[in-house]
Amino acid sequence: MNLFVDALNWILDPANYTGPGGISVRLVEHLGFTVVALLMASAIAIPCGFVIGHTGRGRGLAVATSGGLRAIPTLGLLTLVALWIGIGLGAPYVALTVLAIPPILAGAYTGFEAIDRAVIDSARSVGMSEAQIVRTVEIPLGLPLLIAGLRSATLQVVATATLAAYVADFGLGRFLFAGLKTRDYGEMLGGSILVILLAFALEGIFTVVQRLVVPRGVASGRLPVDRARSARPSPGMEPAITEGNH
Amino acid sequence: MIEFRSVSKQFPDGTLAVEDFSLTLPSHQTTVLVGSSGSGKTTLLRMINRMVDPSSGAIEIDGVGIHTLEPVQLRRRIGYVMQNSGLLPHRTVIDNVATVPLLRGTPKKNARQDALALLDTVGLDRSLADRYPSQLSGGQQQRVGVARGLAVNPNILLMDEPFGAVDPIVRAELQQELIRLQSELGKTVVFVTHDIEEAFLLGDQVVILREGGRIAQIGSPAEILANPADDFVASFVGADRGKRALHLERRGDGDVLVDSEGRLAGVLVPGGRPHETKAGPFPGPGAPAQGGEPQ
Repeated sequence: MNLFVDALNWILDPANYTGPGGISVRLVEHLGFTVVALLMASAIAIPCGFVIGHTGRGRGLAVATSGGLRAIPTLGLLTLVALWIGIGLGAPYVALTVLAIPPILAGAYTGFEAIDRAVIDSARSVGMSEAQIVRTVEIPLGLPLLIAGLRSATLQVVATATLAAYVADFGLGRFLFAGLKTRDYGEMLGGSILVILLAFALEGIFTVVQRLVVPRGVASGRLPVDRARSARPSPGMEPAITEGNH
Repeated sequence: MIEFRSVSKQFPDGTLAVEDFSLTLPSHQTTVLVGSSGSGKTTLLRMINRMVDPSSGAIEIDGVGIHTLEPVQLRRRIGYVMQNSGLLPHRTVIDNVATVPLLRGTPKKNARQDALALLDTVGLDRSLADRYPSQLSGGQQQRVGVARGLAVNPNILLMDEPFGAVDPIVRAELQQELIRLQSELGKTVVFVTHDIEEAFLLGDQVVILREGGRIAQIGSPAEILANPADDFVASFVGADRGKRALHLERRGDGDVLVDSEGRLAGVLVPGGRPHETKAGPFPGPGAPAQGGEPQ
């Protein structure tokens, strides 16, 4: 318990927040690093996922690749890349982008796959081009699952970004490594608590975003059309859904 | 006028869905393709708007081979109504109806106004315009589907079992509504169903299909009922049995119609039918309104 008191004291000590190596700077670094890694992973995974989801081709390859990427130990990859391109932020960016790709990719294509085929077929039948189908049907309806993928990627990246401090003087991970070296376990635990709090905060944001991106008119992002309801004539009855309510 | 010329379709898995199919569908009339599953009727329908391309043969609309037309442009001038409406679940009723006109570049204001007018046409209250499809009943969704099909004022309306998923009462209502609409609009309607009653009720021309899109018989409902081409057709339309094989019988102090199983099917009414059935070529027995067993 003494350790927790130390950690809390460390977190609450205003002196630890200032200066070039202070908590404020580390927090901003950590968050910025997470965002950039996610953006890079998204830039690769989202277009690929959309293509796979829209065409239905390459799914097997995507599953196998994501499985392979997931199996790579991040610390090992980080060390390997660092040995190759040198000390600095390059290696952590590569390692964490690789970590973030599988969940985002899966979110992107499962979002498209979960859409009722009849909806897409009918969009095509009335004369939507493939690009219009992707833009106005598949992306809005698939968005909730994509956000879910981003959410899980974010959690993994924000937690694993502590490893950036392994090869660079960077982020909240700095407190873990520094604390370990100087046997200042209060600082070390305090650093981990900050990472956990940051993860909770991001999780909270995503919970809200995920709710907001469910299109009006769709009760849940997974099943756009509820067939069970369609056989009952109920003119002017209470709305069958909550999201689309006025 | 839509013409199929020796059209065949073999799917990549080897299934021969349609084999050497030729047919002329006259303009401003309703042609019903009827057959059980595997008869290739939906494949034939989807060939007209190039959702399926034939493996061989040609399809012409008013003398123009549709293989020369760009599929997306072709589809935008053909109305399409499908089972389960196929509405976009994340768009309101009005936006669903206005989808295609907006794609074609109609200004938003006009498109919405036209869409509202179309809701009147298909018998939907304008207050439903801002609802989402999931907030409507199955019957209402189908009406929105029809309105969307009519939104570009197409000459041709393709309907793929549009009333297959609604209950019998709503289905009867929608069928009557379609008959009314068709008498006002005079579109070239191609209607696919597996229900022979529906085919006889709606079709000016009925095409009975066997497996592989082979035509068993073409004709008006009356022609088919009076002279079934073969045993397959006779048994498909039920002319040889049950409620279609009627005879007059004297019961008590009047004549009644009795079917082959001895069930009371109705009475002969002088001068045609008493109320709202189709004003079309259907003088034969077996109209659903005549009572007897429920269909």
